[in-house]
Amino acid sequence: MSRGVLLAPLWIWLLLFVAAPVVVLVIMAFATPADGVPPFTLGLRFSAFAMLVEDSYYAEALLAALRLAAMTAGFCLLIAYPMALGMAGVRPRWRMPLLALLMLPFWTGFLLRIGAWIGLLRDEGLINRILRTLGVIEAPLALLYTEGAMLVGMVHAYLPFAVPPLFIALIRLDPALLEAAADLGARPARVFFSVTLPLTLPAAAAAFLLVFIPAAGEFVIPELLGPPEAQVIGRVLWQEFFQNRDWPLAAALALVLLALLILPMRWFQRLEAEP
Amino acid sequence: MRAAGFGRASRRAVEPVLIARAITRRFGAVQALAGLDLAIESGEFFALLGGSGSGKSTLLRVLAGFEAPDAGALTLDGQDLLPMPPWARPINMMFQSYALFPHMNVAENIAYGLKRAGVAAGERQSRVAAALDLVGLQGLEARKPQQLSGGQKQRVALARSLVMRPRLLLLDEPMAALDAGLRERTGLELRALQRKTGAAFIMVTHDQQEALALADRIAVLEAGRVAQIGPPQEVYARPASRFVARFLGAANVLEGRMQGSVFASAEAGADIAADLPVETIAIALRAEHIRLISADQPHCVTGIVEDAAFRGDDWLLILRLPGGARLRVAHAGAPPAPGDTVGLAWGAASLVPLLA
Repeated sequence: MSRGVLLAPLWIWLLLFVAAPVVVLVIMAFATPADGVPPFTLGLRFSAFAMLVEDSYYAEALLAALRLAAMTAGFCLLIAYPMALGMAGVRPRWRMPLLALLMLPFWTGFLLRIGAWIGLLRDEGLINRILRTLGVIEAPLALLYTEGAMLVGMVHAYLPFAVPPLFIALIRLDPALLEAAADLGARPARVFFSVTLPLTLPAAAAAFLLVFIPAAGEFVIPELLGPPEAQVIGRVLWQEFFQNRDWPLAAALALVLLALLILPMRWFQRLEAEP
Repeated sequence: MRAAGFGRASRRAVEPVLIARAITRRFGAVQALAGLDLAIESGEFFALLGGSGSGKSTLLRVLAGFEAPDAGALTLDGQDLLPMPPWARPINMMFQSYALFPHMNVAENIAYGLKRAGVAAGERQSRVAAALDLVGLQGLEARKPQQLSGGQKQRVALARSLVMRPRLLLLDEPMAALDAGLRERTGLELRALQRKTGAAFIMVTHDQQEALALADRIAVLEAGRVAQIGPPQEVYARPASRFVARFLGAANVLEGRMQGSVFASAEAGADIAADLPVETIAIALRAEHIRLISADQPHCVTGIVEDAAFRGDDWLLILRLPGGARLRVAHAGAPPAPGDTVGLAWGAASLVPLLA
């Protein structure tokens, strides 16, 4: 009874902001596009889903998004692990300030950070100007609107998600285990690969998924930093909703993406559940 | 180097395996080790006994190589240990928490050190099997540590260290994590294993019963120094200082000084007939060496019964002496009533002079 009261706000929140929107999406996905407000008429038609299957454009966008998300998560993991290792290695009183520094970019505007990358990477940007002044290059390098620029922006934006689970797993690791390994003849690198790394793999998987899941739906960074041909699913969604105004198709696409991301979320929950 | 273990045990040489000289370690304002000297003989079971803050754990970590001393010298078989990192020292340690690798099964845990030492797979297997045999855990090879009982974990930790055939095995409170019922038996097994392997064992413990029961020699540590060292019987019977007397067996300590043929103690409020060195500054008197006699006996020390507690074998009486000091007395049979005045007697040899 009292437990139900305590959980009520959570359930109301989930109902209003998760369940209700999904129901709306489902209704929309089976409707027919039409001119007007809202731009569809209710019905039970599968044409939107059929379109997603027929036109390979959508499957490709989905694959491109998953690929970008996987690469982003992979690079984030590669950078976040040494960072977390460094943060866990300092004296306890320095840990919180370091964690705060990590989170600091979160408090500046997301678009501002993307804008900063544009300023750095464009033809007349800082990097090209420096390289030209130094005489390394004559014509500006095409840095902006490339896969690379997109990936850099993604990794920069999502890195703070990847560090905390690794950091927590590393400070929770019993130091006696590392000492026992050293005591049994393992050099530092061997201690890392035979004890530290295997015991923090669940946290690494969690860090990967924490980046992968939101990154799969990202559309702002590919739009602002990526090449025009980088048609990731988030971007396509945006276009279908706001440019083509084909809400049933966009809703169907959103549902497919949601269904695909529930799978890794389940893995994530299982990792979290492990002691 | 690591393999040079078992064979030498039969010689039972008297020359020390490990020599620590003037080891000093300070943590901020805390002096954990204050110029500690220690020599461990080959193949002996040695116990480091001390309360918390005595420096016993720091000493163990210095020996294993996890802490570097600020000053001092440390040699194993004449070889300087201090420049060697933990992984290069032919010393193994059993951790209080056992520190078994949770992602490896029992056999993998035991084989870990052998792998690092480059022992070939075939020999590794037979040595793991022999180590499991030694600690009586055959058949549990494939279990993960989480699937073992506390006693089994302790044996795996022991096997993981012993399989390396160390010259010296360090045991950090090896019985502390076990149920009380299991400790006695495990302790005896530990000593039997020590005899069998011939490795020198250094056991750190705060439990004096454990140290007295198992060790060939014990060192009582006080504030980062060795307060007394010797065979358990000797240290127990002849404590060298008030600290050791109080720590070991919680002996009664009465302060005072010799005046002719009596020991005059203000806190006892009595002159105690004693033939002790003039420089005696306190006497130790064990609870089990005191007998109750009638208070009318001439010249006897008397006390008032304050409290009595049944301990199974006997009663523990707390007596207040005329000078205000409290005396613990072990008394078989029915205890006197609280408030009664009783006379006290003991054999002359029971009075241990303390010079420090």
